Amino acid sequence: MNTQLSEAPARDPSTDGGGPAIRLAGMARDHAAPETLGEPEYVVELKDVSCYYGAFRAVRNVDIKVARNSITALIGPSGCGKSTLLRTINRMNDLVPSYRSEGSILLDGQDLSSKSVDPVAVRRRVGMVFQKPNPFPKTVWENVAFGPKINGYKGDLHELVETSLRRAALWDDVKDKLQQSGMALSGGQQQRLCIARTIAVNPEVILMDEPCSALDPRSTLQIEELMAELKKEYTIVIVTHNMQQAARASDTTVFMTMGEDRAGFVVETAPTVDIFTNPKNQLTEDYVSGRFG
Amino acid sequence: MSLTSTSAVDPAVRFEPALMRRKLSGTVFYGLCVMAVGILLLALVMLLADVLVRGLPWLDWDFMTGGPSRRPANAGILPALVGSLMVGIIVGVVTFPVGIAAAIYLNEYASDSWVNRVLQTNISNLAGVPSIIYGILGLAVFVRLMELGSTILSAGLTLTLLILPVVIIASIEALRAVPNAQREGAYALGATRWQMVRGSVLPAASPGIMTGIILAMARAIGEAAPLILIGAFAFVTFLPNPFTGSYTVLPIQIYDWARRPQDDFAGIAAAAIIVILVLMLVLNALALILRARLSRHIQW
Amino acid sequence: MTSVPVPLTRRRPRSERVIETLLFLSAALGVLTTAGIVLVLVFQTLEFFQVVSPVEFFTGTRWSAGIRPYAWGVLPLVSGTILVATIAMIVAVPVGLLAAVLLSDYASPRVRATVKPLLETIAGIPTIVLGFFAVNFLAPQVLIPILGKQNIGTFSALSGGIIVGLLVTPLIASISDDAMRAVPRGMREGAYAMGATKFEVIRKVVFPAAISGIMASIILAASRAIGETMIVSLAVGDKPQLTFDPTESVQTMTAFIAQIAIGETAQGSVQFKALFAVAATLLVFTLVLNLLSGWVVRRFRTEY
Repeated sequence: MNTQLSEAPARDPSTDGGGPAIRLAGMARDHAAPETLGEPEYVVELKDVSCYYGAFRAVRNVDIKVARNSITALIGPSGCGKSTLLRTINRMNDLVPSYRSEGSILLDGQDLSSKSVDPVAVRRRVGMVFQKPNPFPKTVWENVAFGPKINGYKGDLHELVETSLRRAALWDDVKDKLQQSGMALSGGQQQRLCIARTIAVNPEVILMDEPCSALDPRSTLQIEELMAELKKEYTIVIVTHNMQQAARASDTTVFMTMGEDRAGFVVETAPTVDIFTNPKNQLTEDYVSGRFG
Repeated sequence: MSLTSTSAVDPAVRFEPALMRRKLSGTVFYGLCVMAVGILLLALVMLLADVLVRGLPWLDWDFMTGGPSRRPANAGILPALVGSLMVGIIVGVVTFPVGIAAAIYLNEYASDSWVNRVLQTNISNLAGVPSIIYGILGLAVFVRLMELGSTILSAGLTLTLLILPVVIIASIEALRAVPNAQREGAYALGATRWQMVRGSVLPAASPGIMTGIILAMARAIGEAAPLILIGAFAFVTFLPNPFTGSYTVLPIQIYDWARRPQDDFAGIAAAAIIVILVLMLVLNALALILRARLSRHIQW
Repeated sequence: MTSVPVPLTRRRPRSERVIETLLFLSAALGVLTTAGIVLVLVFQTLEFFQVVSPVEFFTGTRWSAGIRPYAWGVLPLVSGTILVATIAMIVAVPVGLLAAVLLSDYASPRVRATVKPLLETIAGIPTIVLGFFAVNFLAPQVLIPILGKQNIGTFSALSGGIIVGLLVTPLIASISDDAMRAVPRGMREGAYAMGATKFEVIRKVVFPAAISGIMASIILAASRAIGETMIVSLAVGDKPQLTFDPTESVQTMTAFIAQIAIGETAQGSVQFKALFAVAATLLVFTLVLNLLSGWVVRRFRTEY
């Protein structure tokens, strides 16, 4: 893989800019890139974050800033540590016995990677949607009510379930089958149920780990439309294998790859338009034009 | 540092996560789990300790080589030990071909017809029949109908019927674990089904099957209930003949002694328990060794 | 193109068919066993019912096979069996499930690899040894000192029931552990991602998802408890009485069968025929439980 990387010939970005497969149609409707508005408000900041599984360093020295009400896409080849990095943000990887991370992760200026912070408290404020839809073997209603119930929600639970399902654009599909098993829904509906479940606990940030990789194209499109809607209220970080998806759906793109030691690192962070049309780094260029990865 | 009660997006949505309380109940629950396992392990330790303390003083050469006696001090377990070993051997010898054959048929030959589904369901239901019921079957079939009498042979055959379902189920598991590539490899060389089974599948599954058979033998040797009906309850002072004459086995001998009120009989019962537990331990170790030896060449 | 004629339609050799027949007969031995059990029990029970009316057998509240006047009401034996099994399950269900959770969700792989075989060792101990433990340790050194000599004797449903519970606990722990470990990691992570504590993940997600396996393990354990013979015939005593007082000595169905078989009972006597009727009743109980466990597995199975 590394030989391929170094031997890839330089290409002129002007001739095959976005690459034939990459369409940027959706980007025009989005807000202008963050920096044109001056310094935006950053919700999540990763400072010099490195991740380890035992002695193996999976991710090294990552610095990323995530602006409020934006969608940030992490792209890069398999095994470059995108998911590891994502699962570090909500301390999900604390569940892996050999795992540890270095550096700091700030949520609204608070370091949530510190030992004194309870991962359980972090996860309510940083929600997560997984690669494979994973509804609980409970009714649709119970799936959405699960989080609010355990977190001691003070208010009308039925109302919250309905609001969450509406925000996840699932209400019309399931309003007559709230008492059916969540696992009986279609794949795309299951994934939207998992999104509804996540927003029911009112997080600030939603992490999405390849949320469409198990879905058909139609469901994928629905999820992408939903993301554009959700970012008005939430901040989204998405890991994706699918470059078109990053190009269509995100505002900022972070390109990661891995070095000789198989540790992932960030090559380039830029507004999505720039990554796909005018990458600064040759590695990014090779990747987005489909010559590698 | 508190990350708990802020709601940045929608201030109307209010949570009171009460994390301290939830964590506390989690800790209590974890404590209960540890306690449960602790109780079980403690019971195991107490059982072994109690048996050892009572039994070791009685366990000597005379005990191992003597026969039963009205006086605990003179009693020994040789006839019962030999009886148990003979029963175990009969069980092993009969179970080995029949159990493997049945498992091979069900996993390698049987199509999904209703006959075969009945065979399969029947075997799993048999595994749930109380052992004493097998004693009744053995009494009716082996002792009376086939006129084998209350002998070690009848006892061994009865216990074989008891453990066969377990052996068959374990062997089917072992056969299922053999990858299909093994079968296709043999077929591709032009093997018939039986050649395929003998040359390819059976060797690959043998560690699991042999372990299952030996563990089943251990279970048969420890089983007492069915043998009460096969007439093992006897005062046998001589070494038994497997085909004629009365016999006894270790668990029944223990039962007999344990029912007597005198403390000394509890002592020799405990000594006999040590012997049977050692026997189980040896069989289990044998199963482990055999498994390791047989699976030396198997890797996938 | 020409091809060499190969007899592709050759019949299977005779030896292959002989082997297949032998294999089939081995598999069919199970059906013979079942048929044998059913036939023996049915015929002998019918013979018993020619001497004793089924009405008396099924509704009578007094059982006396040894002392005149004889009485053949099976209910005391049934109640004794249920009492012992209930005590066993009161011990085994909580302890077994808690142990299962420890194995499936708390223990490291190394701890699990040590503890699980140790627990299964308990299930492998000959039941006569467990019965000995009940009579010589649990009753005299634990129960009598705690409850008092006037309240409980050496032989009681409580003593036998607790040890039967000890016997079947590993069964519940082992099967439930497998069922909970089969719940996909993704499902656990989904709950963690919403801010659930480990206890909440186990209680509200893992446990409900594994419920079919858990319930099946409990029913199988109950079936084993009902069919257990040696522990009860040593530790519970042989006093058939219709009571649900755990400190009393009772007699279970299995203990009665053992008592008759040990004694010098003539094989043609009513007592000996009663043995078969009781065994048939016992078989029906365990059969119902086994069918129930199969039904539970199918009815409550979660497809992941």
